Amino acid sequence: MADKQKPRTYERREFMTKAGTGVAALAAVGLFAGKAQADAAGVAKAIMAKIGKKEQKSGRIKIELPQIAENGNTVPVGFEVDSPMTDDNYVKAVSLFADKNPVADVATFRFTPGSGKAKVSTRMRLRKSQNVIAVAEMSDGSVYTAKKAVKVTIGGCGG
Amino acid sequence: MAKARVKVPKSVKAGEVFLVKTLISHKMETGQRKDKKTGKKIPRKIINKFSCSYGGKEVFGSDIHPAVAANPYIAFHVKASESGPMSFKWTEDGGKVTEKTVTIKVS
Repeated sequence: MADKQKPRTYERREFMTKAGTGVAALAAVGLFAGKAQADAAGVAKAIMAKIGKKEQKSGRIKIELPQIAENGNTVPVGFEVDSPMTDDNYVKAVSLFADKNPVADVATFRFTPGSGKAKVSTRMRLRKSQNVIAVAEMSDGSVYTAKKAVKVTIGGCGG
Repeated sequence: MAKARVKVPKSVKAGEVFLVKTLISHKMETGQRKDKKTGKKIPRKIINKFSCSYGGKEVFGSDIHPAVAANPYIAFHVKASESGPMSFKWTEDGGKVTEKTVTIKVS
């Protein structure tokens, strides 16, 4: 039964988003209390606040995230950054961002050469279907980013 | 406050990169929810910092925002260097700290 309902709910949400009333409509239902959301610009700002004005290259990061998350309250998420993790070449930090959560920042993980591997798994909240963005800062100052989309059936930010 | 759990291998070889799993029971109140009865916002209360020290220095750290799910689970890797304590620290909004220490055996 549940399987029958889910796709329909998603389509409805997507339609509303397209009509530009998604947030308002959801707030009216009382799900999200009319909270302002982070958007593309918000994410760019959050990333800027974290790393400053630097060129962002793509690649080197692999994000592990389910294609469809049934429950937005706890979504397994992980990443691995390709790096030798030696004393003079390692990943300094990786930050995760979600572009349609009320707050774009998810978490920042700081590594050292003693980490051995820049690989982390954790669990996050997702309010609705959106992109998760990982930004890795290397010890030489270069910055890499990766992005992965995830569909969320039931949003998880409380209401 | 909260119950913290850590899992590390029983023993590791020198230079081996091993997995460390951590979990702390915590509600991670986002500050977005409203009390259904009063309509007032429930204030934010989350674990905002986590750090792991080994061999006398911080080897892994994390700044956490409300988008991390309740009962924050963090699994990461550490390179084995020497036998000794590995300590973990979770900091809650308001500054309350939960600590835990395990012993790493390097063979």
